[in-house]
Amino acid sequence: MYSLLIFAALVSLFPFYWMFVMATQPNHVINQTPPALLPGKELVTNFQNVLANIDFFGAMWNSFVVSTAVTVGSLFLCSLAGFAFAKLKFKGKNVLFVLILVTMMIPPQLGLIPTYYIITKLGWLSDLRAIIVPGLINAFGIFWMRQYIKEAIPDELIEAARIDGCSTFRIYWNIVTPAILPAFATLGIIVFMNVWNDFLWPLVVLQDQSTHTLQVALRALNDSYSRDYGMILSGTFWATVPLIIVFLLFNKAFISSLTQGAVKS
Amino acid sequence: MLPKPETSPTTNIRKKKMSQSVKDNITGYIFVSPFFILFSIFGLFPMIFSFYLAFFKWNGLGPMTFAGLDNFRIIFADALFWKSIYNTVMIGLLGTVPQLIVAFLLAYALNSQVVKFRNTFRVAIFMPYVTSIVAVAILFSIVFNNQSFGLVNSIIGLFGYDPIVFTQSEWGAKIAIASMIFWRWIGYNTIIYLAGMQSISNELYEAAKMDGANLFQQLRYITIPVLKPFILFTVFMGTIGSLQVFTEPLIFFNGNLRPEGITVVAYLYRDAFESNFFGTASATAIVLFVLIMIFSLINLLFTNRVGRSKKRGASA
Repeated sequence: MYSLLIFAALVSLFPFYWMFVMATQPNHVINQTPPALLPGKELVTNFQNVLANIDFFGAMWNSFVVSTAVTVGSLFLCSLAGFAFAKLKFKGKNVLFVLILVTMMIPPQLGLIPTYYIITKLGWLSDLRAIIVPGLINAFGIFWMRQYIKEAIPDELIEAARIDGCSTFRIYWNIVTPAILPAFATLGIIVFMNVWNDFLWPLVVLQDQSTHTLQVALRALNDSYSRDYGMILSGTFWATVPLIIVFLLFNKAFISSLTQGAVKS
Repeated sequence: MLPKPETSPTTNIRKKKMSQSVKDNITGYIFVSPFFILFSIFGLFPMIFSFYLAFFKWNGLGPMTFAGLDNFRIIFADALFWKSIYNTVMIGLLGTVPQLIVAFLLAYALNSQVVKFRNTFRVAIFMPYVTSIVAVAILFSIVFNNQSFGLVNSIIGLFGYDPIVFTQSEWGAKIAIASMIFWRWIGYNTIIYLAGMQSISNELYEAAKMDGANLFQQLRYITIPVLKPFILFTVFMGTIGSLQVFTEPLIFFNGNLRPEGITVVAYLYRDAFESNFFGTASATAIVLFVLIMIFSLINLLFTNRVGRSKKRGASA
């Protein structure tokens, strides 16, 4: 069993190590057979070449802005809708909720072309809003929040707040949100990661280089004519490092949130 | 005006209740409206428009001309379209079937009480999932480099074989793309199975051992039945995910999507955003939608058959 696990761990980790090795080697070393397996000295040079080819930090900033905006927005809007579905009484509630669940079945590529057209009409081509606005709310988030709020908050608590004269929004803000912080953390990780790693949609709408997210910028780097692998993998490596650090710091929360998210849906 | 004197306290309460329920209705609608507003603009309308667009010839700028079923005829007559479906299915099978089997074994090993450093192994195996697909695809396109200095080719070279030109090899390209999927998702599926296995109490295994059940029988009669909903979930997600594979081939072929590895979504992307054939691209999108629906329905029917008592395990 150990040999299986050790082998699997090595297979999982080796590409990261090799990415680092390549990121430190000059191109001629990479082009030799067999390839180098130990780090070289070109770590800084390779990264300077990355910076000469793409706006690495600009792209990282764009990724950060987009992911944060979508995460904050969807946490707020999903929890608001989830709260309504879990605790408020209104006509057609169940039908609306089922409708939301049904939308999860639709593959995003189906509406890709018309959505692109809408974005063009709105003048949002090469504008971060093209990523942020459509991502502000998602069906899975609503479903997730509804399940959590339903279990976490007793109806009596809401009734009591009502009798004290709380408005519905104040109940949401002062009673519901503090009680569902774990749900926020879980959904937040999932949404942030999905937006950060998204590729197809940003590739389609972010045509101007200054608006590229990290994923699109990496692609541009890979497409550049000079096949400088040291440079390319340096970019990939430095784009991966922040995620790995965050993951290692919060690995428990990460793993449990992604499994919970997966298993619940 | 004075209030009507005959208003009794009971009607007062009813009035208040009425207004409260009206208020509840309104707030309810307001709270859930952002989804429906955004979904109608960026989900529903595009979806309907895709169905409409599939029957028109359009390059995105000029006039739209009605084409009837021509777009479907065009893609169905295009050998590359069928190739893309074949590729998608083959890459999906190559990437997911071995992956789920290995993930099951890994989860079983990780769940064993005797293994130490379980968390370290868990983190190591899960780490690829955190990496972006773009980074994985770039890395693997260099691992599977066509030249003899590529990592895989230099290993092959050690055994005295000639380097494989992966991007131009029927199976080489598919294996390279499938291995990206395998590597990135194995940890995720392992963790899902592990979550399922941890819901099985040890007493169950103890009892089985007392009755003389061997390892295989324990797997067959305890682990797999309890894990069924988890297995179905991963198969379902794997199928849907495989049908949507796009980033891996695009980066692996460096934009030059060759028939050895083009997938349905890549075919769609090429038609729409490289050639501006929005009509045929929409027709492709609809075929993709139908495929996903068929697979989802098969899966739903299957899940319902498996029995509701076991389903509870999945939602716990």
